[in-house]
Amino acid sequence: MSEATLDVGERSEPAHRASAGSGEPDRRQPRSRPTFRQRLSQWDVKYSPYLYIAPFFILFGVVGLFPLLYTAYVSLYDWELADDTPTFLGLENYVTLFGDAQFWNALVNTVSIFVLSSVPQLVIAVFLAALLNTKLRAPTGWRVAVLLPYVVSLVAVGLIFSNLFGSNFGLINSLFEMVGLDRIDWQANRFASHIAIATMVNWRWTGYNALIVLAAMQAIPKDIYEAALVDGAKAVRRFFSITLPLLRPTLIFVVVTSTIGGLQIFTEPKLFDARPGLNTGGSSGQFQTITLYMYQSAFENLDFGYASAIAWVLFVLILAIAMINFVITRRLASTGEDR
Amino acid sequence: MTTVPLPFRRNRRRGGRDGSMIHRPNFLVYGLLIAFVLGSAFPFYWSFLVASRDSSMLSERVPPLLPGGNFLSNAAKVIDTIPFWKALGNSIIVSGTVTLTTVLFSTLAGFAFAKLRFRGRNILFVFVVATLAVPTQLGIIPLYMAMAEFGWANELEAVIVPNLVTAIGVFWMRQYTVEALPYELVEAARMDGCSMIRVFWHVCLPAVRPAAAFLAMFTFMQSWNDFLWPLVALDATNPTLQVALEKLQSGYYVDYSLVLAGTTMATVPVLIVFVLLGRQIVAGIMQGAIKG
Repeated sequence: MSEATLDVGERSEPAHRASAGSGEPDRRQPRSRPTFRQRLSQWDVKYSPYLYIAPFFILFGVVGLFPLLYTAYVSLYDWELADDTPTFLGLENYVTLFGDAQFWNALVNTVSIFVLSSVPQLVIAVFLAALLNTKLRAPTGWRVAVLLPYVVSLVAVGLIFSNLFGSNFGLINSLFEMVGLDRIDWQANRFASHIAIATMVNWRWTGYNALIVLAAMQAIPKDIYEAALVDGAKAVRRFFSITLPLLRPTLIFVVVTSTIGGLQIFTEPKLFDARPGLNTGGSSGQFQTITLYMYQSAFENLDFGYASAIAWVLFVLILAIAMINFVITRRLASTGEDR
Repeated sequence: MTTVPLPFRRNRRRGGRDGSMIHRPNFLVYGLLIAFVLGSAFPFYWSFLVASRDSSMLSERVPPLLPGGNFLSNAAKVIDTIPFWKALGNSIIVSGTVTLTTVLFSTLAGFAFAKLRFRGRNILFVFVVATLAVPTQLGIIPLYMAMAEFGWANELEAVIVPNLVTAIGVFWMRQYTVEALPYELVEAARMDGCSMIRVFWHVCLPAVRPAAAFLAMFTFMQSWNDFLWPLVALDATNPTLQVALEKLQSGYYVDYSLVLAGTTMATVPVLIVFVLLGRQIVAGIMQGAIKG
């Protein structure tokens, strides 16, 4: 279907161009002197496309690219809000940053929370997609149900789970006590707090990712399964030898996109604090993430230069991963066109 | 577009014969799915439960499992504590404006990238795709300085203007327009003397309406739930709903029946919309996944 549409498109494109250029100057006018209307029409064809794409490029330049680059500039200064004469520091902010225990702590926390949220999430999402890929009654209903947490705002997720994981009166600890386990101080214990925050991420995103994996599963040609069936492969074997390898591009895509989001995690740790409103990520920074540290440096300590240095280091980190993302996305896109 | 549903329909018919490609779900499959859905739904239920009682329930040894009758009084307390209606209005204005402009500009750009010929088209589109991976959120410090300079600090413009159009929107609309709008239609309209903008309005827009509708829902949700930038750009007197909700939790003592009443009030409208439009949202996410 799609190939046919595209083919026609490729063939008729030059024709379209020709019609726009020479289809109109015909009736009364000699060709050599196009009327104003005709010239207008030519300009229309020539320049309208640029006009249509301009909003994105202008906006991206002004509020996306420029601030990002300007962050690098600010990071070289001792700069406070409304500071008219910031002091040039050179790379001093970066030197301080790389010797800053709080920064390394935040980096470790970010990576720890990311691993705790992405690995189980991916495994469960694939498993869930396999369940959804069966011949269910009301398949769309199940898909909608699985996606439910995705509509809840991060703030709501943070508030609800802060309550569930409350150290004194939280439901999780009550349940632990009922079955004879010890209470856990989910806020004070560093590892426990990472698990609690990762749970929020997992709860919100697993269903969403399961749908993406499900879409990829349904795109696998059925002949491959038939061949495997003829060869006598059992269901489990078929899953590990056919389904998983063919899902790999999608899985890599999911991992890389969730990396870009996961490394910037902010709302969940901000709302998880036992003393709300603070930006320290717990009493001793046990769950402060890099973005939270950046926010604290900029909008609590009002040290814009230092916060910019944090932002820029995180940016470079993410850019490295984004490069991988770009390569993979291109590959995914090109296989898509072959279809 | 059309490639997605076809194989699905086919194996539905065929699956019955050999019963192996796609498993017939058994008791275990349904059991696991139900467990998963209950796990997904439970936090909603729990927050309504807490919101409908008073905070003393949380200190009880065995937590109650049924809602109480205090929801309305808690809701009234929420409205007293934070500028709830103002926040709700702000969120509607911000998300509504952002959705409208994002859909319009994305559809325009998608039309140009998909169906019009111009110099630099391919390289510019590659640029759009590349920006998908750029974490522009990290530029909030200069952005904040700029907003203060413009006098937009604590004004809604500060949260609207940076989100007028997104790369993901342009990308999505271009991918859809490539397949949904035949060149013949564009040509025919041109022959009839339509200007480019009329071709867009009368030919392109009707053809891409489903994708535009999905983009609208997606953008609205994204904008409605946005937190970090509104938190930076707005203060407690003129907040969006998410920023106001966060303020409920501030202070040394947290009254969770109040906090979760606010959360419920902010979530229920989105939930209703989701239940009504869930089918389209699911279809949109899955199509997006196929296209990569």
